Amino acid sequence: MSDHLLSVQNLHTSFFTDAGEVQAVNGVNFDLDRGEILGIVGESGSGKSVTAYSIMQILAETGRIVDGKILYNGEDLTGWSEKQMQAFRGKCCSIIFQDPMTSLNPVFTIGSQMKEAVVLHTDKRGSDADARVVELLELVGINEPRKRVKQYPFELSGGMRQRVMIAMALACEPDILIADEPTTALDVTIQAQILELIQGLQKKLGMAVILVTHDLGVIADMCDNIVVMYGGRICERGTAHEIFYNPRHEYTKGLLRSIPNVNNMKKKLIPISGTPINMLNMPKGCAFCARCDSAMKICLTEVPEELWINENHKAACWLNIRDAFRGKEEAE
Amino acid sequence: MSEPLVEVKNLKQYFPVRSGMKTQMLKAVDDVSFTVGQGETLGLVGESGCGKTTVGRTLLRLYEPTAGEVRFDGELVTDKNIHAMRKQMQMVFQDPYSSLDPRMTVEDIIGEPLDVHHLCSGRKERREKILELMSYVGLNAEHARRYAHEFSGGQRQRIGIARALAVNPKFIVCDEPVSALDVSIQAQVINMFEELQEKLGVAYLFIAHDLLVVHHISRRIAVMYLGKIVEIADADELNEHPIHPYTESLLSAVPIPDPEITRARQRIILEGDVPSPLNMPSGCAFRTRCRYATEQCTRECPALSNRGGGHQVACWNR
Amino acid sequence: MENPKKHLLSAQIDLSKFSEANFIPATEDEKRQQDVMSESTTFFKDGMRKLFKNPLAVASLIVLACIILTIIVAPMIVPYRYEEILSVNGRRDKGAKNLAPFTYSEMEQKYIAEGGTRFPHIFGTDEQCRDYFIRVVYGTRISLSVGFFASIIVLIIGMLYGSISGYLGGRVDLIMMRIVDIIYSLPDMLIIILLKVVLDERLSFPAGSFLAKLGTSMVSLFIVFGLLYWVGMARLIRGQILSIKENEYILAARAIGASSGRIIRKHIIPNCLSVIIISTALQIPSAIFTESFLSFVGIGVKAPMPSLGSLANAAREGLQSYPYKLIFPALMICLIVLSLNLLGDGLRDAFDPKLRR
Repeated sequence: MSDHLLSVQNLHTSFFTDAGEVQAVNGVNFDLDRGEILGIVGESGSGKSVTAYSIMQILAETGRIVDGKILYNGEDLTGWSEKQMQAFRGKCCSIIFQDPMTSLNPVFTIGSQMKEAVVLHTDKRGSDADARVVELLELVGINEPRKRVKQYPFELSGGMRQRVMIAMALACEPDILIADEPTTALDVTIQAQILELIQGLQKKLGMAVILVTHDLGVIADMCDNIVVMYGGRICERGTAHEIFYNPRHEYTKGLLRSIPNVNNMKKKLIPISGTPINMLNMPKGCAFCARCDSAMKICLTEVPEELWINENHKAACWLNIRDAFRGKEEAE
Repeated sequence: MSEPLVEVKNLKQYFPVRSGMKTQMLKAVDDVSFTVGQGETLGLVGESGCGKTTVGRTLLRLYEPTAGEVRFDGELVTDKNIHAMRKQMQMVFQDPYSSLDPRMTVEDIIGEPLDVHHLCSGRKERREKILELMSYVGLNAEHARRYAHEFSGGQRQRIGIARALAVNPKFIVCDEPVSALDVSIQAQVINMFEELQEKLGVAYLFIAHDLLVVHHISRRIAVMYLGKIVEIADADELNEHPIHPYTESLLSAVPIPDPEITRARQRIILEGDVPSPLNMPSGCAFRTRCRYATEQCTRECPALSNRGGGHQVACWNR
Repeated sequence: MENPKKHLLSAQIDLSKFSEANFIPATEDEKRQQDVMSESTTFFKDGMRKLFKNPLAVASLIVLACIILTIIVAPMIVPYRYEEILSVNGRRDKGAKNLAPFTYSEMEQKYIAEGGTRFPHIFGTDEQCRDYFIRVVYGTRISLSVGFFASIIVLIIGMLYGSISGYLGGRVDLIMMRIVDIIYSLPDMLIIILLKVVLDERLSFPAGSFLAKLGTSMVSLFIVFGLLYWVGMARLIRGQILSIKENEYILAARAIGASSGRIIRKHIIPNCLSVIIISTALQIPSAIFTESFLSFVGIGVKAPMPSLGSLANAAREGLQSYPYKLIFPALMICLIVLSLNLLGDGLRDAFDPKLRR
């Protein structure tokens, strides 16, 4: 099993706030292989970003990994020192954020910020490092890179800034690129450019990508495998095809019903009722039970186990177990 | 065709922008004309900075228009009658967090338009009216005394809609009302807009950047680019036969939540970024990113021309 | 190679532990119980809860309450007046000069020995045979009320000026703010001293009026503070209003058709109230400080009216023999200023929305 590039096992991350412990991530498992694009999808408060931050160990001050393992090439990151993690970040795993404006320092030029990243993680110095910066900017499709290195972040558009962020993240060719809502702040046409860029780079450099987003369209477009999260837990995971065409969790089904149907735009949407989960007041059973139309008695009291649906698909929903119990199960 | 409810003619909205000593004119909305029929939904799409929000706000005279006119029910909207007009035209805002006063209870927020227009004779009537509005938008009456910050995004947006409905308007400008909401909540709010339209016959100007949502809710769609409308057509017509190269690439760039469809289609990736509205290219604003651009596009700006069936396009080459 | 049976759910979980009862659909009520909205709190309640969780703020609140209680109650209990020279049985007690705390003069001791009762001099007496405790109490009264009223005046002027400037914006704002800049650039201590001296000369009130009772020196102190310190408040409020004006709910109110007056009254003022209260609370100690300073250099309140500053000034002379005479008023100033500052900080932490997590 240790042949996965990254393996997250039973991850629990909590934030300790004034109002009490918030269990943002509550027992998450998934694996990432070399060259794979994994999508983590969920709404705000589902724990998808916290999962990504936990891998990088860049949680806010109040946050802590409480339990679980994060295996990178078989080694557990959770026990690593801050120094080891610093080497890990950038060299093995990089992250790009939603808002490229706030993640770049406004008082330094693009060039100096990128050079810093290059110097920090590689042995290139001086003009070698400068050359590497220009090379990286070319790689992410920025025209006139020699001119751009002298510019400040505010002189660039949002799409350009996101390209710079990607270039910085790629400075030492990491194995894993985590993209946390990389296109949410961008316009549709720019989003298409950036997604195309990430896809192209992934093929060229052979890295693995974790794409964290709430946009099912982006997920459908980009990802090989998908993890659907709700309330800090995984609802189901599997290949893109399985998740979109054979959803086995009520939340995923509800999500797919609540977006406009491309084949029949005028069809009425079927929304998921209720309000988003209150993280301070998690239900005892399945996180989704309060909003689920098919909730059963057992859903209220017990957390469903994640079980294999077929070799490409795992889901955590009591309905599947009910069907098995009633003997309706069929081997695929 | 019957008389349109809202008629916008040659609307212009320029903002002075001071940079150093000289003042430049930012042409946020430049010569925009469209109509919205009785009980109809017109979708307005475009990228950030294209002026779609400004159109909505200028329509309601939240900004003083630089030029052009707006007619509501055949009557010209002016500074003098705008107060009365606001009983007919209302607005729902994008950000459900900043569009509700954090120091007011839900009751007071929804009741404010009632107070401003003196629509209720007594406290009891006011309270009844507010509870009725709350039940319209699916809010629990027990929550009337709560503050807005205690609600989730979707519920806050319902409060904003109830506020807009309080004066019983015929026309509501919806400025990106669902883009700040989670996917699972978006559908609730979209459905509510549709139900309210069926029940009350309100017309919407539905401003959004999410083409799928706009296509779903609108009968007709207008596409804006840098302050100008480049294409207006029926929603399905626009989606199936886009003519303007910008619309074409916009549609192809929308990620469709269906792996097979989205991976099978050809994406037209636009080169470069949107030009700064302070430094607009001559002629057609889109020519810098257009793959069909010719010399004529540099010289002259194309006007909207009819291509049959109410499909209007502003392009020289298509 | 994969065993297809591996993916049968029945192979992964023991189905026998379930019964059909587990799979009865849950009722709406049961589901609703899972989805409770958190306790309703108002902004005020929530802020107060946070304030009372802050030990420093609570301690300063208690200290302030004690001080205020003392300055209200003490004059009712202590039988001496602040300007009264001590006397026993109608005879001036010349020996009651510079007594140490809780001691009696010879005349008083004799009087007590004869069976009379005499209220103790808690802080001793001063060089003019006056009870020092009651003088410190009155000094505190003066200092606190100067701080409080000066802050109110600052608040009123600053709020009016700042909100007009902020709400109207544009050219009006530009001119009004330049005036503020000019006032800001004046050396304030110098202006205070000049104004104070001039006002003391010029001001006169009809005898018997409230202002005359306060005395010209007090009134001129208020005016001086009001005239100089409102600029900071005006800037602060203008900044607040500018940022509140950007909020969509102001636009929403305009879209509804609300008038400017209504918008200011219903939306803008309530939303900058917390900042106003906090900065007023922080203004009080600085006014007290300035008042003490002025009285210390001798241009504050007029004798025999004591203030903490003038008491400290008077104590300088016998500093080596009677150090407690300096310690009491100085300690009082410290206590008041420190606790007001800490309370102000506590208020800001509890109520300023920008600092909220």
